Amino acid sequence: MRDLATASLDVTRAWALSPEVSLRDEAFGALAYHHGNRRLVFLKSPALVALVRALENFADVNDALDALVAPNERARYLEALRSLERSGLLRAR
Amino acid sequence: MPANSSLRDRFERGLAAPICLTWELTYACNLACTHCLSSSGRRDPRELSTAEAKALIDEIAAMQIFYVNVGGGEPMVRRDFFELIEYAVSSRVGVKFSTNGTRLDAAAARRLAAMDYLDVQVSLDGVDATTNDAIRGDGSYAAARRAMDHLAAANFGPFKISVVMTRHNVAQLDAFEALAASYGAQLRLTRLRPSGRGVDTWDELHPTRQQNRDLYHWLVARPDVLTGDSFFHLSALGAPLDGLNLCGAGRVVCLIDPIGDVYACPFVIHEQFLAGNVRDAGFGAVWRDSELFTSLRAEGSAGACASCGSYDACRGGCMAAKFFTGLELSDPDPECVFGHGETALANRVAVTLPSPKEDHSRRVALTLRSRVVG
Repeated sequence: MRDLATASLDVTRAWALSPEVSLRDEAFGALAYHHGNRRLVFLKSPALVALVRALENFADVNDALDALVAPNERARYLEALRSLERSGLLRAR
Repeated sequence: MPANSSLRDRFERGLAAPICLTWELTYACNLACTHCLSSSGRRDPRELSTAEAKALIDEIAAMQIFYVNVGGGEPMVRRDFFELIEYAVSSRVGVKFSTNGTRLDAAAARRLAAMDYLDVQVSLDGVDATTNDAIRGDGSYAAARRAMDHLAAANFGPFKISVVMTRHNVAQLDAFEALAASYGAQLRLTRLRPSGRGVDTWDELHPTRQQNRDLYHWLVARPDVLTGDSFFHLSALGAPLDGLNLCGAGRVVCLIDPIGDVYACPFVIHEQFLAGNVRDAGFGAVWRDSELFTSLRAEGSAGACASCGSYDACRGGCMAAKFFTGLELSDPDPECVFGHGETALANRVAVTLPSPKEDHSRRVALTLRSRVVG
């Protein structure tokens, strides 16, 4: 599973899980499957799963990170979101 | 999807539901391939009915199994084939189905092309009729190519050409790649297993050690070629191949056969790896609670491979390949890249190969009846 070269997650915009994506909870976090591009992605922490599920409730990514992620973890979770976006799992609202 | 080792450990202890569920819809098949994993041919009268199959799809959807790998036998010979796959897709269960292509005419191709969440894999085991038909039967090459032509004409999009790697087609890898490119198709390569009728043909068909090495390097250079995580035993040669690189049997993978029996993986249709039947308390109960799957998820030992520095790369290889060549599950994979499997094979004391519990092979040879299609 390789990433596309361009990263375009605008943290000042509202995002959500793509409607084409199913999430299945697992002990380690969740599996995410994009029914359109057939990508299977492993979300390797329950906190990331919670963040991804909550994105749709926030006005932008920054707000979601402020509310749900400790400051010292912010860069790591932002990178995870960018990676999900590159795989087509997120969509701008 | 490279998995880090802690995630792999997690997978080896099992998941809430399989990642990769194979469902063989029927044992009926109009071909008689010499390496058939499921010894298919004759329909089993106990086959799941349409209603039972739909109930199973409902359960698969409820368990959030994202897609099923549908095979057989030849799934398209089931009269309710389209009814079932359309039911699955409308339940948001994706379908990846394997076909020999004999029933894939122009009308079927158009119907498939109209569906979302559907992948088609046409099986082809040689880039020419001579190589292919020696394994899959006379006329099977022409039939598969006709099916591909129909898919292309129907603008299906990138279907898959699915190849079982044998001693006779490793040299054709570049030609397979060119064939796939000519259709805008994706190439998918899988490992020959000594399962089903393969018990009798594996010795003469499996790639040589040098061919496996060539195949590994060819795959490393082509991460876009699909492998179904099939060649993890070759990862001991260097950088791991793309995939989970573990034996997923009963952990992230399993098989439901046409009569509802649940086996640990598609390559072990044998009573020793039978976990239960979906007709009893449903598939979920078998997946979650069966004694067999529970034991497969318990921490395993590296067995004879414990002293090998590459155990972490190949995890001792494929359970089915060991079992059906008469090795112990603690032995190295028969195709161990360092030759330890060949030594183990040579050291077998009594070579009584396990025979499959179910053999649906036709009792008489048949010739392929090809239909003229528009």
